[in-house]
Amino acid sequence: MTAYDVEPGDSVHPGDPVKVDRYTGGARVNHWITATCLVLLALSGLSLFHPSLFFLTGLFGGGQFTRFIHPWIGVVLFFSFSGLFLRFWRANLWEHTDSVWLRRLRDVMTSHEDELPEVGKYNAGQKVVFWSMAILIIVLILSGLAMWDQYFGVYTTIEQKRWAAVIHAAAAVAIICVWIVHVYAAIWVRGTIGAMTRGQVTGGWAWRHHRKWLRELVTGRPKDHTKGAAPAE
Amino acid sequence: MAFEFELPNPNTENPQVNLSEADLVRRSASSVPPPARQLTPVAKLIDVSKCIGCKACQAACLEWNDLRAPVGTFFGSYDNPADLLPEMFTLMRFTEWVNPETQNLEWLIRKDGCMHCADPGCLKACPAPGAIVQYSNGIVDFVHENCIGCAYCVKGCPFNIPRISQVDHKAYKCTLCSDRVAVGQGPACAKACPTHAITFGTKEEMKQHAEGRIKDLKSRGFANAGLYDPPGVGGTHVMYVLHHADKPEIYAGLPREPRISPLVEFWKGISKYVGMATIGLFAAIGVVHHLVEGPNRTTREDEEKAKQLTGSGRT
Repeated sequence: MTAYDVEPGDSVHPGDPVKVDRYTGGARVNHWITATCLVLLALSGLSLFHPSLFFLTGLFGGGQFTRFIHPWIGVVLFFSFSGLFLRFWRANLWEHTDSVWLRRLRDVMTSHEDELPEVGKYNAGQKVVFWSMAILIIVLILSGLAMWDQYFGVYTTIEQKRWAAVIHAAAAVAIICVWIVHVYAAIWVRGTIGAMTRGQVTGGWAWRHHRKWLRELVTGRPKDHTKGAAPAE
Repeated sequence: MAFEFELPNPNTENPQVNLSEADLVRRSASSVPPPARQLTPVAKLIDVSKCIGCKACQAACLEWNDLRAPVGTFFGSYDNPADLLPEMFTLMRFTEWVNPETQNLEWLIRKDGCMHCADPGCLKACPAPGAIVQYSNGIVDFVHENCIGCAYCVKGCPFNIPRISQVDHKAYKCTLCSDRVAVGQGPACAKACPTHAITFGTKEEMKQHAEGRIKDLKSRGFANAGLYDPPGVGGTHVMYVLHHADKPEIYAGLPREPRISPLVEFWKGISKYVGMATIGLFAAIGVVHHLVEGPNRTTREDEEKAKQLTGSGRT
């Protein structure tokens, strides 16, 4: 019996402390390619968004090269994120308890985990980040293509290009904010970043933040349980 | 009547360049100090009613700017090339229009090109510092070494003028022959025009000249003759005398009330500040939350619970 949000590669290693595999090597590489692209896109995009940030084009070899490279990084991000989407979408499906969790955002922000429903692999905040990223990336790639004058300039009217520019800027601001939420959550909730670097979290972290997922991992893999437990008995 | 507004020949003895960085009133994505002097605003007046469609202006433009437009294909119109190009800053646009009042076929010929708006949308949209500049005499010029080829100017322009070169990826348009004007000359197109449909001088002079032309046209039965100097973009430094000024759109789509698109105003105006403020706010909330709340750490108890759940080890 495998719960819907237990992903391939997730497993528990009993011990002291308990270790839980959260992300496979493939998922981590996929994540960091996406992350690198997103940061580069934000820097190059912001440099063309606000004149006071134009100096950031220096990081990319000047204005011309920034204009050239930004859309290509966007293409890489689109395909890279598509990989993450295929890996993670099932576990990010919305559940009733997610709505309950979101309504108690005050308890979330004040670390009152005990007041919250038990959470599966992803909590409602992570799911909001996931779906926001997915939707915003689609909006950004489509509006971005309409602004990619070098190859796609002839396919849109000037009025459509203007809309694309406004939508692209708005979606970019939104995705940067979502990114800030994502990064801050990873920093604030200590023990999280290891999930994306070494692929593992501690059992205590899983118990505290994703108890339902931990239970599913434990009950769903009785063999691992006994095998892991036996030497210690 | 003698040819009015015959442009003088250049003073080759001691040419003085009278247009410099110090004369800028606007500079894209950056600011300039207020200029010490105000140059007399200049304007090019294109009298559509006097144009014979000879394209001497196009040829003169190509020659002065040392451009070669690629050989095009015939598509059933006198327009040649079919559209403005990075190598074709000005273009005669031909329209066959049946006047509904007289049932006469009127052949409308409009010399299209940059209008040198007093409120230039291209400059407003441009993200590259100093790639588009406006001089105090009204000329809006592209500075190619600063251009990054993003085509934001295309989105900003209410007249669909700038074109991006696929060779060097920079934007091109009519310069109003700023290099000629700088040494006291008029634009090459005005110099070449055999009927003096194109004249060049101070904006005031050109408005006066237009007044006379409009009076003449009205006396010939063109009751709606008028000057095209659209206020929506603050007026332009390229103006038209139109015999049907009440219907500018019949002249190959000359916009009736051009203005910088509200979308561009929003994109280049408030959205810059709201966007940066929103990003800043999110970051600030994160910092404040962390200072107030502190890190959310996994406790020893959590680890014990996990061990109990997985049945590993004793404590």
